[in-house]
Amino acid sequence: MNPLSLILLPVLWVAVALLIPSNRWRPLVLPLAAAMHLGNVLLQVSGDTQAIAGGWLVLDPLAKVVILSVALLFQFCALYAPGYLRVRHDRPNRIFCGGLLNMVAMLSLAAMAHHLGLMWVALEATTLASAPMIYFNQTPRALEATWKYLLICSVGIALALFGSFFLAYAALKGGHTPTLLFDDLVAKAHLLSVPWLHAAFVTLLVGYGTKMGLAPMHTWKPDAYGEAPGIVGAMLAGGVTSGAFVAILRFTTIMRAAGQQSFAGPILVAMGLLSMAFAAVFMVRQKDLKRMLAWSSVEHMGLLVLGAGIGGLALYGALLHLINNALTKGVLFLSSGNIHRAYGSKSTDQVTGALARVPWSAGLFLAGFIAITGSPPFGPFLSEFTIVRGVFTAESYVVAGLLLLLLLVVFMGMGKTVLTAVQGAPPPGSLIVHADSPWLVLPIVGLLGLVLLLGLYIPPPLAELLQKAAAYLEGTP
Amino acid sequence: MGDYTDQILVLIVLLDFFALGASRMRAVIRAAALQGFLLGVLPLILHEQLSLRVVLICVGTMVIKGLVMPAMLLRAIREVTIRREVDPLVGFTTSLFLGAVGTGLALLFSSSLPLLPVHAAAHLVPASFATVFTGFLVLTTRQKAVVQVVGYMILENGIFLFGLLLLEALPFLVELGVLLDLLVGVFVMGIILHRIQRTFSAIDTAHLSALRD
Repeated sequence: MNPLSLILLPVLWVAVALLIPSNRWRPLVLPLAAAMHLGNVLLQVSGDTQAIAGGWLVLDPLAKVVILSVALLFQFCALYAPGYLRVRHDRPNRIFCGGLLNMVAMLSLAAMAHHLGLMWVALEATTLASAPMIYFNQTPRALEATWKYLLICSVGIALALFGSFFLAYAALKGGHTPTLLFDDLVAKAHLLSVPWLHAAFVTLLVGYGTKMGLAPMHTWKPDAYGEAPGIVGAMLAGGVTSGAFVAILRFTTIMRAAGQQSFAGPILVAMGLLSMAFAAVFMVRQKDLKRMLAWSSVEHMGLLVLGAGIGGLALYGALLHLINNALTKGVLFLSSGNIHRAYGSKSTDQVTGALARVPWSAGLFLAGFIAITGSPPFGPFLSEFTIVRGVFTAESYVVAGLLLLLLLVVFMGMGKTVLTAVQGAPPPGSLIVHADSPWLVLPIVGLLGLVLLLGLYIPPPLAELLQKAAAYLEGTP
Repeated sequence: MGDYTDQILVLIVLLDFFALGASRMRAVIRAAALQGFLLGVLPLILHEQLSLRVVLICVGTMVIKGLVMPAMLLRAIREVTIRREVDPLVGFTTSLFLGAVGTGLALLFSSSLPLLPVHAAAHLVPASFATVFTGFLVLTTRQKAVVQVVGYMILENGIFLFGLLLLEALPFLVELGVLLDLLVGVFVMGIILHRIQRTFSAIDTAHLSALRD
């Protein structure tokens, strides 16, 4: 199949979702579309690198990693969606269903785009598609979150456009034919005008870093993730952020090819550590479960760029962590959504004893917490360990020390909130509004199963794909 | 016709200052609109031969930046009848002063970046940096949601100005995509603005401060 189908099929399903008049039956489109997309992805990921549209779109190893992780996450979110939207039958879900599918399509486009402008358009489209979904609950608080998300991310993405222009000018000034294609830029990287290249990298990092939620441009994240429905939180934290990370990775590759790794690397590492430090500070005494997850996302985005900045083994670890983070965030956001509904609150002031009230959801939430903080036997343990090992291999001992310290602080901060929520006795006198139901639990079990599997055994084709992606980014295929 | 380029750029920077100093929302929106319109005029002057592509981009820019987006914002504030002032968090004088400092820095910063001989004469780059900075300033120091959107538009105008250096390098399709994304962006912001109005009976972001750690 043509790689274009990775974009066009979801777009087709958007149209189907928008056309179905029944609010009751429309959500069933999601699992169907997701299964078809996942099948298509698995088929294409095992195939060769393919370039289409004159090199504007390339299904390269990096694109495969991201598209695969988005497809897996979306599959389980889509299985969860009909049950969730059945509970929320009072809300029209046309835009919600269409928006989710559109997000998947645009992420495929962003992952495959080898053209600066096209990538920008795709990532901006994901911002616009997700804004109405954050406003799904239509409360004043959701409105505030949507406004902040829209404005801050739009400004960020505008800066990314500015940076893309700088990069194009670096090529123009360097004297070769003006181009916005990554492959041309990498091939002729030594010609690029260095001052413009530096300006471009910093602006692009700030721009796409805003979208990814790196500190100090992360301010929209706790609000948006806190107010959005669990599915949207999962897709934002596991999908959209990965799309922005791809952009940063591709620009880092250009920097490396231009011999500017010594400029880009330390900036990425510093930004990664800063993000983790912000997360560590704000995670302590955080009472709101979903906001806590947002801070966890800031932390893990920091971990990803840190790995990219160090390179080598740490980069491989970061790519593996991209998948692990996406799937584990799925577990956490979906299960916290269940807990939120069971209590009508997401603050640990009201939420206590969740294990007694909704044992399945609370158990999954607890397991998700253990996984995301990097405890064995789950996948993130393996990837975080690989990143740490990569940092040691690169002999950046100070960075490694800080990294380990921050991981520990985050573990303790997050643990306090999670344990308060799940342990103890439920508050007396309140009725159970929504108990555990299989439709809202089984998809999360599936996700957790995958996270566990990745911790115990990485299938050889996946390991090979990750190796290829890391080698591709480092220019040593 | 190249002589007029600098005059237009001066006009664009003056509009930046106007947007920083204006106290009525309508005036700020109109300033951004006029700026967008001028951006559409610039490529016509910069290019010796007019290809169909350049003309299309010019017309698209003038219509979208000069007419459609401002019209959407003007419609959004028409329904609010009571207060039409900008309500800055930072006073107008301070804003203007900051704007002047920003413009100076823009000149300084752009002189440290090497330009091609073709572009060295025009002041496109400092004008672009100054406009981007103004956009930021409006975005961060104004309380009205509508004015924040105008700030975003001014920021985009500045970026677009820089993009004119690359008119040959940017394929048509991407330009279209960029314009379309901007349009949809402001459109979505317009919808949210409408909701903010209905929910809080005001478009003041002071109401949007419930979420914090």
